[in-house]
Amino acid sequence: MKILETKNLMKHFNGVRAIDRLSIGIEKGQITGIVGPNGSGKTTLINLLSGVLEIDSGEVIIDGIKKLTRVLPHQVSSYGITRTFQNVRLFEQMTVLDNILVVVTERNVFSSLFEKRIEYHHKISEEVLQKVGLWEKRNQLAVNLSYGQRKLLEIARTLAMKVEIYLFDEPFAGLFPEMRKIVASIIRELKQKNKTVILVEHDIGLIRELCDQIFVMDEGKLLAEGEPEAVLKKRSVIEAYLGE
Amino acid sequence: MEYLIHLAILFSIYAILGVSLNLVVGYTGLLSITHAAFYGIGAYTTAILLTKTGVGFFNSVILGIIVAIALSFLIGVVLSKFKGDYYALGTFGFNTMIFAIFLNWQNLTMGPFGIPGISKPELLSINFANNFNFLVLALIFLGLIYFIARFITKSPFGRVLKAIREDEKAIAVFGYNTPYFKLAIFSISAAMAAVAGSLFASYLTFIDPSSFRLMESTFILAIVILGGLANLRGAILGALFLILLSEILRFVGFPPDIAAQMRQVVYGVILILVMLYRPQGLMGEYKL
Repeated sequence: MKILETKNLMKHFNGVRAIDRLSIGIEKGQITGIVGPNGSGKTTLINLLSGVLEIDSGEVIIDGIKKLTRVLPHQVSSYGITRTFQNVRLFEQMTVLDNILVVVTERNVFSSLFEKRIEYHHKISEEVLQKVGLWEKRNQLAVNLSYGQRKLLEIARTLAMKVEIYLFDEPFAGLFPEMRKIVASIIRELKQKNKTVILVEHDIGLIRELCDQIFVMDEGKLLAEGEPEAVLKKRSVIEAYLGE
Repeated sequence: MEYLIHLAILFSIYAILGVSLNLVVGYTGLLSITHAAFYGIGAYTTAILLTKTGVGFFNSVILGIIVAIALSFLIGVVLSKFKGDYYALGTFGFNTMIFAIFLNWQNLTMGPFGIPGISKPELLSINFANNFNFLVLALIFLGLIYFIARFITKSPFGRVLKAIREDEKAIAVFGYNTPYFKLAIFSISAAMAAVAGSLFASYLTFIDPSSFRLMESTFILAIVILGGLANLRGAILGALFLILLSEILRFVGFPPDIAAQMRQVVYGVILILVMLYRPQGLMGEYKL
């Protein structure tokens, strides 16, 4: 079953087609890799799916039912989607704990003023911070974390959302081997829970290891799709992506 | 003693203005230069009601709050779509517009002549014409507003405000319709400024537009920045510091014909020094 699809998705930047009539379908409960050379439109696609950028034309279909020609950022979580950013975007002058708490509390003005489920939200926050090994640093400001810890905190923030679709934009970039293991195990665990992961990644080894299917993009277009082993052997993919 | 009580009353009024503006500037990261407009709206509402109708002071405070909320809502709907420099420019424009209304709507505000004869509050048999009693009243209002502001900043709502300040786009992706939050805090802050305005009008018994010009908004902003962004006690300290500084400068002995200008120069120099050496202010947790 396709949980997320795009139909003829288009995005221009100053006349340049960053995403060019892209139509893809993401299977529920699978890990889908989005690969391609720099500037191929991977992050733009994630930004379109999460409402950070506006769609020029085409549509995003969620669960085969909701057809969206406009994705508003504040509605993305209600569609069951959350994300990390290629360049980590934390709430820098807030504590590690508050970075998590802020995404689990009530979404409207009045209920957030008179929050009732404070203990439950603290429990979720502790759970995800323990998972990424940052619970001990909960009272530190996010700005004081190391690069790897910042990446982990961003991933923990998505886990706290407890949604169906996780968009991870280069979650392994710049991480030490130990941290890479944590992130890989989190992604596998999400799959075990029948969650859907879309993974933008450059490391072909990780793509082979983690992904069930991949989409290869080049200049905003879909170059190839299918199981990693088969796709990565295609001549067109090797030429465009690996430059061989 | 009367002089000290007078200073304490002024301090209470400016502390209310500092605490309330800190919610917008310090906690939400929106550079608002329009607080004097809402301060003036509260002052004029009280002045007009007390001089032209039989409405009492406390009811005029409530009506001032309602008028401030209504107007802040109207302008806030537009402003909430902006951030950064554009937000600051929008608030700048609103203050200029409100000042022009105070100055030119002569039938209502008596224009540059101002409104004299504003009565003091009356409650049971307490005589608020006595400055000490008025000080107690002003401190009660300050305490109440501080308590509300503290409740807001410690609540999950306050956490969302900080997240908006840090990265509005990022927090939006997590399901927050950020313009609503910006609008809400702007209106709450405006309502608090209106209370300060009501106290000011009733205390001085006379107001004119000169108290609510853009310069006053920058003075209130200076209280917040100097005291400390995103720290409520900082705003109170900032109010105390600038009120006392203003009084101390009276005794410095500047030549009378340039004394007022020299005081502005000293204010300016102090702000520049703070920005250079302690950009988060005396007690602040956040830099602009």
